[in-house]
Amino acid sequence: MAKKKRSVIETESVVVKFVGDSGDGMQFTGGLFSDSSALAGVDIATFPDFPSEIRAPQNTIAGVSGFQVHLGSEKIFTTGDMVDVLIAMNPASLKANLKWAKKGATIIVDTDAFDDKSLEKAGYKSDPLDDGSLESFRMIKAPITTLTKESLKDMGIENKTAERSKNMFSLGILYYIFNRDPKTAFAYFEKKFKKDPKVVEINKIVIQSGYNYADTIEVLESVIQVSAARMKKGTYRNITGNIATAWGLLAAAEKSGRPLFLGSYPITPATEILMELSKHKSLGAKVFQAEDEIAGICSAIGASFTGSMACTSTSGPGLSLKSEAIGLAVITELPLVIVNVQRGGPSTGLPTKSEQSDLYQALFGRNGECPVIVIAASTAENCFYYAYTAAKLSMEHMTPCILLTDGYLGFGSTLFRIPKMADMPAIIPPMAEPNDTTYKPYKRDPKTLARQWAIPGMEGLRHRIGGLEKEDIIGTVSTDPLNHQKMVEYRAEKVEKVADYIPLQEIEGEQTGDLLVVSWGGTYGAVHSAVQELQQQGKKVSHAHFHYIMPLPKNTGEIFGGFKRVVVCELNSGQFVNYLRMRHPSNVYHQFNKVQGMPFMINELSTKFNQLLEEK
Amino acid sequence: MSEFVNMTIERSNVQLNKADFESDQMVKWCPGCGAHAILAAVERVFPKIGYRKENFCMVSGIGCSSRFPYYVNTYGIHGIHGRAAAIGTGVKISNPRLSVWIASGDGDSLAIGGNHFIHMIRRNIDVNYILFNNQIYGLTKGQYSPTTPMGKVTKTSPQGTIEHPFTVGELVMGAQGTFYARVPDNNISLMTDAMFEAAKHDGTSIMEIMQNCIIFADKAHFDVIGKDAKDDNMLILKNGAPMLFGKNNEKGLKLGETGLEVVEIGKNGTSVDDILVHDPYDKDPGIHTMLAKLAPPNFPMVFGVIRSAMFPTYDDLVEEQIKYAKETSKIKNVDDLLNSGDTWEIN
Repeated sequence: MAKKKRSVIETESVVVKFVGDSGDGMQFTGGLFSDSSALAGVDIATFPDFPSEIRAPQNTIAGVSGFQVHLGSEKIFTTGDMVDVLIAMNPASLKANLKWAKKGATIIVDTDAFDDKSLEKAGYKSDPLDDGSLESFRMIKAPITTLTKESLKDMGIENKTAERSKNMFSLGILYYIFNRDPKTAFAYFEKKFKKDPKVVEINKIVIQSGYNYADTIEVLESVIQVSAARMKKGTYRNITGNIATAWGLLAAAEKSGRPLFLGSYPITPATEILMELSKHKSLGAKVFQAEDEIAGICSAIGASFTGSMACTSTSGPGLSLKSEAIGLAVITELPLVIVNVQRGGPSTGLPTKSEQSDLYQALFGRNGECPVIVIAASTAENCFYYAYTAAKLSMEHMTPCILLTDGYLGFGSTLFRIPKMADMPAIIPPMAEPNDTTYKPYKRDPKTLARQWAIPGMEGLRHRIGGLEKEDIIGTVSTDPLNHQKMVEYRAEKVEKVADYIPLQEIEGEQTGDLLVVSWGGTYGAVHSAVQELQQQGKKVSHAHFHYIMPLPKNTGEIFGGFKRVVVCELNSGQFVNYLRMRHPSNVYHQFNKVQGMPFMINELSTKFNQLLEEK
Repeated sequence: MSEFVNMTIERSNVQLNKADFESDQMVKWCPGCGAHAILAAVERVFPKIGYRKENFCMVSGIGCSSRFPYYVNTYGIHGIHGRAAAIGTGVKISNPRLSVWIASGDGDSLAIGGNHFIHMIRRNIDVNYILFNNQIYGLTKGQYSPTTPMGKVTKTSPQGTIEHPFTVGELVMGAQGTFYARVPDNNISLMTDAMFEAAKHDGTSIMEIMQNCIIFADKAHFDVIGKDAKDDNMLILKNGAPMLFGKNNEKGLKLGETGLEVVEIGKNGTSVDDILVHDPYDKDPGIHTMLAKLAPPNFPMVFGVIRSAMFPTYDDLVEEQIKYAKETSKIKNVDDLLNSGDTWEIN
């Protein structure tokens, strides 16, 4: 086939969203598209958007599943507010997602799916493909199902099987739109389905047919080109936050020489951590799927006492159930990593949606005076580093550490520049020496106030610990009033002293200005992008994004002074801002909050910031 | 007492004695409490078991029973209410070369900790679980527990309880238990024997101790284990021996058409040969379940090791899976993992 000349439009960033019925394979198609884009050197960030039902009724709005990918030739920080290209496999998915399509966006629809019944189920009163309601978009109306079946008619497969490949036809169209050789996908299929050559063949045929179709009918007057991003030299891969968290824990176990133990119970959106670690027995990881959240953490406490690098992973409701046991780890002064992949609450709340509303619970949700280290990851990629750091701080300081991520980070993916284990910082837990005659269970390192870790089996160090208050140094049960006060203060001071071992808070942008935007955890991408936008307009706006929450970096109190206004943005009703008000009360903090189970939009942030800048 | 077959746990190369396991802590149970005898039995049996003293690890939950770790000089962790089974599970999986002993009560094990109790048993985690059954909540001063007999007046049941109690043995069998022994707190040698057998057993060993709470449920078990009652109401099982009881072993259990029957030797042509012979190692829990459920007035209550059946343990299987994965996986370290799958270079 003679290659036609096409006009090519270069673009820095483009957002593509695949939507269809859950079970239509949109996650798979989206993943395939983003992986092959990443292999082409483009920066990517992805996010799946699916209902909590596994198979909601077909062709209904409730059953719509989506996968969004943001491609960039510059470093990108979010999965994108609005969509440039939407692939909608049925009327319901079009209806549910049209509000996210930019004006003039390209929309690919399967016209075969727009029958009367499906239109009615989606709640359309008239066919949007005919009634002129989509005039402001560049529509590609293709009989995808028919063409897919047609392309496979010589393969001798059933109609149903053929139909299931229709998402690959749309992928073929996309390859054309993005001026990309469909062969890049073929290699992927050959690798992924090497045991099933027929599957490889079917997918190749359908993708190529989609591509040829788009080429023949010249679906668009121009095609889009996203060039390779200028990224730091290195080996890269695509990674989701949950996988990165699991790997960070494995890395910390290897570095510390302490075997990994995970006691956990499945809960959305944290389950992937449990599933991922279950795969890595070859690295010695012991993964215990417990009977409930409480057994998950309690088994981890037992494993920690026994010398394992112990972890438990959960989401908000699970963290509630673990509260009492976290107290046990605090008073026994045992290391323990608690990963909380936050979701919308309270109660069962919004299981598949993201929120930052467990901060109070992480900081304060226990009986007694019960401080723990709290840190938060901010990108899918750095879940690896913060999981590693959580384990390092917990073991070196002999106290539990809660790592906060969220569903958006956990399910979302970004590129991950693969580190070398040799370059990771050392982790040196304060292990006791067998037969050390000076060993006392609650004797402390004066610098960190951490006690030593003596584990069962070590000769000469038999001792008892537990949930009852212990006598300073010797560790026998004590109800002495002054001793209790002293131990309470030790445990608090020990956590505060972690501030000596974490980096100072950085400000992105000038150290002084009109507005300091403060954020923490999973909102980094959107807040950073909004601040950057305003900075490019010459506005005096800077950004401080917190990863270390308890304790706060030592310079936290000093960074606010250089700014006329400070605004704290978070996906809750103001938990971090109130925490800052408590810890650093002399500053005035504005706040911007959203509790919709959705991430921040760059646009709504910049609007808020502009508003604050204009206020006198 | 036979030799140990399981050599996972390192043994002491010196003869230990009771003093090696006595802690310096004042024992604060009430005078006359059955727990004192349990402590004495543990201190007596640990040297006999013969592991290095550092390889014993005591775990407990909350309650009178759960102060136990403080009173034994081993590694020990006193946990939170109901969670001893879960904590002990973590200890054993983390280090299968430890001899893990859990001390817990009827409330701790069967009420607040019921979920962990049955799942630990179902998984057959190799721990030794001493269940102090005094049929009452002692530490909170006298409320009924899941084993308190129906109708009993307690501080929270002034008109008598209206709950059907658990029979521990039945629950253990229902949870697919592999080891169950029942012993009275007034017979240290029987307790010690059961503890020794429990230690030998590879899997979850439940030892139910019929323990007396002298303050809030005194003599709760006396109708069975009391001096005047025991001859007719206690049947002490021995491996390979016929199930006889009575002052002169004149009564026994026979497997009838509809279940177990009490028969008298010499009556109706019954001889010792007709009496059921105990086989604790039988994998089929049928007879063991029937035995566990027996109770006066129509039957004696059976004591000793009722069941000790060999099944794979969770902790052994974990080790096997790890060994296999290490031998067969291409991923030998975290660098391998990080670079596995789809990666690409950017120069």
